Amino acid sequence: MNSSQVNRIKDTAFKFFAIACTFFGLLVLAVLLYDILSKGLTRIDWDFIVNLPSRRAANAGIYTALLGMIWILILTVIIAFPIGIAAGIYLQEYGKKNRFANIIEINIANLAGVPSIIYGILGLELFGRILGLGNSILTGSLTLSLLVLPLIIVSTREAIKAVPSSIREAAYGLGATKWQTIYSIVLPSSFGGILTGLILAISRAVGETAPLIVIGALVYVPFAPTNPMDEFTVLTIQIFNWVTRPQAGFVTNAAAAIIILLLFTFMMNGIAVVLRNRYNKKTRF
Amino acid sequence: MISLKERFIEAFLFLCSLLTVLITLGIILILSSETIKFFSEVSIIEFFTETEWTPLFANKKFGILPLVCGTLLVTTIAILVALPLGLTIAVYLNEYANQKFTAVVKPLLEILAAIPTVVYGFFALTFVTPLLQRYIPNLSGFNALSAGLVMGVMIIPYISSLSEDALRAVPKSLREAAYGMGSTRLQTAFKVMVPAASSGIIVSVIMAISRAIGETMIVAIAAGQEPKLTLNPLTSLETITTYIVQVSMGDVPRNSIEYSTIFSAGITLFVFTFLLNNISFVIKRKYHQKYE
Amino acid sequence: MQKLEARNVNLFYGEKQALKDISLGIDPNTVTAFIGPSGCGKSTFLRCFNRMNDLIDNVKITGDILIDGRNIYKSKINVDEHRKKIGMVFQKPNPFPKSIYENVAFGLRIKGIKNRTILDETVERSLKQAALWEEVKDDLKKSALSLSGGQQQRLCIARTMAVEPSVILMDEPASALDPLSTAKIEELIYELKSKYTIVIVTHNMQQAARISDKTAFFYLGELIEYNATTTIFTNPKKEQTHNYITGRFG
Repeated sequence: MNSSQVNRIKDTAFKFFAIACTFFGLLVLAVLLYDILSKGLTRIDWDFIVNLPSRRAANAGIYTALLGMIWILILTVIIAFPIGIAAGIYLQEYGKKNRFANIIEINIANLAGVPSIIYGILGLELFGRILGLGNSILTGSLTLSLLVLPLIIVSTREAIKAVPSSIREAAYGLGATKWQTIYSIVLPSSFGGILTGLILAISRAVGETAPLIVIGALVYVPFAPTNPMDEFTVLTIQIFNWVTRPQAGFVTNAAAAIIILLLFTFMMNGIAVVLRNRYNKKTRF
Repeated sequence: MISLKERFIEAFLFLCSLLTVLITLGIILILSSETIKFFSEVSIIEFFTETEWTPLFANKKFGILPLVCGTLLVTTIAILVALPLGLTIAVYLNEYANQKFTAVVKPLLEILAAIPTVVYGFFALTFVTPLLQRYIPNLSGFNALSAGLVMGVMIIPYISSLSEDALRAVPKSLREAAYGMGSTRLQTAFKVMVPAASSGIIVSVIMAISRAIGETMIVAIAAGQEPKLTLNPLTSLETITTYIVQVSMGDVPRNSIEYSTIFSAGITLFVFTFLLNNISFVIKRKYHQKYE
Repeated sequence: MQKLEARNVNLFYGEKQALKDISLGIDPNTVTAFIGPSGCGKSTFLRCFNRMNDLIDNVKITGDILIDGRNIYKSKINVDEHRKKIGMVFQKPNPFPKSIYENVAFGLRIKGIKNRTILDETVERSLKQAALWEEVKDDLKKSALSLSGGQQQRLCIARTMAVEPSVILMDEPASALDPLSTAKIEELIYELKSKYTIVIVTHNMQQAARISDKTAFFYLGELIEYNATTTIFTNPKKEQTHNYITGRFG
């Protein structure tokens, strides 16, 4: 066998190995989904959605966890979106030249890599203790807002960066001020990209558990929260709580709750993918 | 001359971006001030040299090493899974697969990174561990192995996507030169493309390590809560993140020494990830300059 | 009085000097062409008149530029207000990703004009001036990006005229267009001369010869020769001008 044949065999061998690797990742994904569906699907019914938590697995439901999650999400959206978009605009459009902008850029890259549990510690002390908000929904939302802020800022910047400078120049050439150019030309043109980032931020917030545990979110909440100062639990914490119970019935409950959680996650990510494709096609310059 | 309204808007936008710096400062301030309190009661030498971590017991010992060891053991297992798989996938998608295949597979793989980690914890504890126990009878119910393996799968897309981006950024001319000299695809991939994209690949690996070190729910659910200075992946152990969760779930009184341990554990974790993030940022800056 | 006047203008990109001591005056209601090889500074100089160079970091300008006798580089000038009086058409058509109507109405909207009748009238008048009205009058709501390249460029001209500037700066407005669209744009420029002062940067010497009254030849950041177009093309005074228009370099 000459060396070129050896090379060809190596090449083919790598190809099969690589395909196996790729499908291994997808296989694990498939097994995970199948495992969870097989454990939890039959447990899901209307009662499971609307029941309060219970010490008996068969009676327990996710009502308060779902409501807590929705409360947390809405407040997080209200707090994080405007700040994140505004900071993204500043960094991309105003703060290009100075050293401060450079520091902020390094800082955001850093924040994006800070473990979520550290945000929990920050929230616990800053919002929970110093601002006296305790382990309320508001503390949870503020904490998650800080957590998703880097994500929103980065995606806003990317979306704005993709707007060609030629149409900015056109706006300036017509005498538009900087803010008029941003508000009426740049932002509408990058809307799709910004929205995609926002939805991924929501998806991230839905899936977080650790920071909310640290700020003191409860595991057993027998009442539906009615205002931002109420104590709360969320779906992920409910799942965590059920997973750690020894009785088999709670494992089933956990799997069922995971199905609901994954529905949210996949829906958000699906919307993000669709949006990205649609705006990529529509806004060609 | 800029109008008042324009100035006001700019000031508002500026304040919003300033907030991000305040977050970092807030994290550092809170972690360090509580840690200083902690070290007024516990010797810093004990913290770094003691081999036991038992702040919640009557006989309190404050050696961070077992937690660090547990964290690094799980992280190592995860990287041993994610690096070969992720890099192979990246090379395959970039060098071999056609565009249609890549367009379908890449987003599918990225689902792996989008699944909430509490779900992976569930999967590791209720599926992977029982499965492994069939082949490894002395594997305990909580163990580093299945937590690490599942975490490894979770971070595959971090490595595969970022490495693929780095490979794609290598100028076409380089690849054409390699083929022009008669290289096979495999040779082109590993002797030309991977070295040329090495800094981007290193960044992806560092970020994956940082992600694994800070990961909480998988280990909190599947790896156990026993701080142990061990390299045995078959037993239960405790990571830094799990410890913080453990204290948060319990009812430890504020202002107690037990309570302040979460800050000393937290700052240890923060320093690790902070260093890794900065290293990757510096490398990223450098190689961006190279190709621009 | 001259409409536009430059006095000893120097421009630096960081350390590098891109324009060297340029002085010239432009009469109202004329078409002036700036010609010269790539990188000679003609576009950079054009962008001095509406302070477009302000948008680039690290640019320093010395000397004076006067419009109707007013120095626009004095600190008291409001740049946005100034740019409303100086229209600009760019090399590549750059319509906003909005409807045809909104593109033309943009200049009025940023002035705060909301009156529907004024907007409608201005859009129609501007599109007619730009010789685009007949082609688009039935689908003003359609995206501007759906137009052809030549139509897009005429839309950009209409958009510029909607704010009623007295000067229109054109930076190689036909370089990205096919010959037919180019002819339409040239015709348009000729007609617009009666109402506006037009300065056009062009690569194409025949174009300069066809449409302009005066021509300025730039080379390596310097103004080599500035004279009536017929003189420049038939009897240039400088060796470099002669070499350029006869195609020896550039």
